[in-house]
Amino acid sequence: MSKVEPFQAHHFDDVEQQHEASWLGMWVFLATEVMFFGGMFAGYFVYRHWYLQAFAAASNHLDVLLGGINTAVLICSSFTVALAVHSAETDRRKPLIAFLLLTIVLGLAFLGIKFYEYHTKFEEHLVPGSSFSFEASLARPAEIFFSFYFAMTGMHALHMIIGIGLMTALIFQARRGRFSSFYYTPVELTGLYWHFVDIVWIFLFPLLYLLGRHL
Amino acid sequence: MNVSEVERREHYLNVNYGIRSWLLTTDHKRIAWLYLLSVTLFFFIGGFFATLIRLELLTPQGDLVQAETYNKLFTMHGVTMIFFFLIPSIPAVLGNFLVPMMIGARDLAFPRLNLASWYIFILGGAFTVMAAAAGGVDTGWTFYTPYSSIYSNTHVVLTVVGIFVTGFSSILTGLNFIVTIHKMRAPGMTWFRLPLFIWAHYATSIIFVLGTPVIAITLVLVALERIFRLGIFDPALGGDPVLFQHLFWFYSHPAVYIMVLPAMGVVSELIACFSRKRVFGYSVVAFASLGIAVIGFLVWGHHMFVSGQSVHAGMIFSLLSFLVAIPSAIKVFNWTATLYKGSISYDAPMLYALGFIGLFTIGGLTGLFLATLGIDVHVHDTYFVIAHFHYIMVGGSVMGYLGGIHFWWPKMTGRRYPEGWARLAALIIFIGFNLTFFPQFVLGYIGMPRRYHVYPPEFQVLNVMSTAGASILAVGYLLPLTYLIWSLRYGTVAGRNPWGARGLEWETPSPPPTENFERTPIVTEGAYAYEKAPEEISTLGRPAHV
Repeated sequence: MSKVEPFQAHHFDDVEQQHEASWLGMWVFLATEVMFFGGMFAGYFVYRHWYLQAFAAASNHLDVLLGGINTAVLICSSFTVALAVHSAETDRRKPLIAFLLLTIVLGLAFLGIKFYEYHTKFEEHLVPGSSFSFEASLARPAEIFFSFYFAMTGMHALHMIIGIGLMTALIFQARRGRFSSFYYTPVELTGLYWHFVDIVWIFLFPLLYLLGRHL
Repeated sequence: MNVSEVERREHYLNVNYGIRSWLLTTDHKRIAWLYLLSVTLFFFIGGFFATLIRLELLTPQGDLVQAETYNKLFTMHGVTMIFFFLIPSIPAVLGNFLVPMMIGARDLAFPRLNLASWYIFILGGAFTVMAAAAGGVDTGWTFYTPYSSIYSNTHVVLTVVGIFVTGFSSILTGLNFIVTIHKMRAPGMTWFRLPLFIWAHYATSIIFVLGTPVIAITLVLVALERIFRLGIFDPALGGDPVLFQHLFWFYSHPAVYIMVLPAMGVVSELIACFSRKRVFGYSVVAFASLGIAVIGFLVWGHHMFVSGQSVHAGMIFSLLSFLVAIPSAIKVFNWTATLYKGSISYDAPMLYALGFIGLFTIGGLTGLFLATLGIDVHVHDTYFVIAHFHYIMVGGSVMGYLGGIHFWWPKMTGRRYPEGWARLAALIIFIGFNLTFFPQFVLGYIGMPRRYHVYPPEFQVLNVMSTAGASILAVGYLLPLTYLIWSLRYGTVAGRNPWGARGLEWETPSPPPTENFERTPIVTEGAYAYEKAPEEISTLGRPAHV
């Protein structure tokens, strides 16, 4: 058996096996996430097919500019998290912490803009429920559109909050010098998770904000 | 080896003591015990609801409970048995204990995640028990909308949250198994040397990780609709209740294979051991497990033949449902072929395995009746369906589970159970089971609908037979509970390999040491090499001290 590193768990033969196991575990987890969001996407597609006109009309009430800015913010955060992983890989602690911080800031910026959007929807009576108001003939299906809008973007935001929590924990660990070019699996896997959350948004944005506009 | 020697040697049970050493353990073998205790508890809770159902159905009138209570009883019976007993039973208990041991690993890939999955399971169970204690839920275990999301006045949200939470324990278990089987196999343990138990658990894990998230999000949407009146499934709000059924069965039909695939894995081990032969057509049986997992994802619409889905969809789902029968039939034929010219012994685990084959065949063939569009319209929502799925789930899964528990009991505890009592219990369960559920095929065929607490008097004879069978079945289930507990203290000491079985788990002492093996085994032979001596299948079998 090879030399046992301090971060190697007792039940693995070597560091490489441990790393491969963690890596595969994360990908399997992301597969479950795809199915989780997939359920909502399936529902969205069914109703979009049924209520094309109402979905287009409701979609026009979303703010493309803010959605677009948020998309840019998230893509930037994917870049910064990739740089964080690269810093860990090349054994540079300060840039690692800085890029993680930057990613968190971008994540918070996204959530802030999202919250502002939710707030506007609330003021415009577009939150499903008793106070929902919309052009009468399309009100019911438009309410379904907004149900999906809030369920899908809400679930996405929840994933971002979890990601921000994970990166905060990584910063504390990085400060204690836990990561080096020999061992940075947690940074790598959190990065993977963050990319996944971004990709979900890359699907959500056109589906919710853009598709209706061409009709 | 005598008793005092077993007690002196350090193993996973005596390495440390106290409640903390169990509640904070990351040893897969101890976590298996945590699961064993909890699923046993849930089994008897679910059994209690079943008892009340069968008592009510003794007479045509509603003289024990009223309709509302009856609705809650069958709902809580279904929810408890499916989500808290059948789904975790074999994977979380036997799988947890055996997956690392069978592949020659020291633990699952993620031991802390494994413990977390048990806590998540218990948390979900607590929500569901709370819902039951607060007055129960009456939607049926299927939670069909809009009844569940709008009209039911019972504790739907609490129950749904319980199932949602428990789902994550399934996901984590499946994830752990997949990674462990891919990455933790001992040197020489190639994919086609793996025991079929492992293949079955691999297939089950795929369903765990791909199916469970879908039921999770579906139940979230039901809860959102119920709490915030989001119109997603309620037709009055423009939603589509059939969409709910699609999403629900997308998980819940594959969930049937979650319940039966692991039992098939157990049966493969038992049949090989007690007929002293290699499993006939090993690789075909292995691929049949994967085939069931894959095709099982494409058949959900056969639950919805009368739900207003299009006739064309119905025809395609019917065809696909016939297809999924093929890998199941392959397994049954291959087990039978394994028995052929084997040197068969009828120990208790083998009785359960043989019971499984017979009852699963009946359950599977009646499944083909139900997959046929025309017949399904006739027997839909009757006791025929109830009998069919109990033949699969109780006749199949529970038989496999009990067979497995008996087979590996000496490994888990270091003690043997009393063989005579165990054979008697297996026989009582087989008789009780058939007396309970066979009359229900007839009841359903002549038109008794499911989920009613009253029925026309002409159905009474068959219902009395069924209730009598259930009483026998209850005795059959209480017997193993009693003698297995008894054997913990008074059972004879088992030794390494009481069955003369092949497989890495039998080459380590019983109970195994915390790290499972005295040294990492190097595997030199495929599973079920019953024509070879145990020491020829790996470097471990060459005993260090005999």
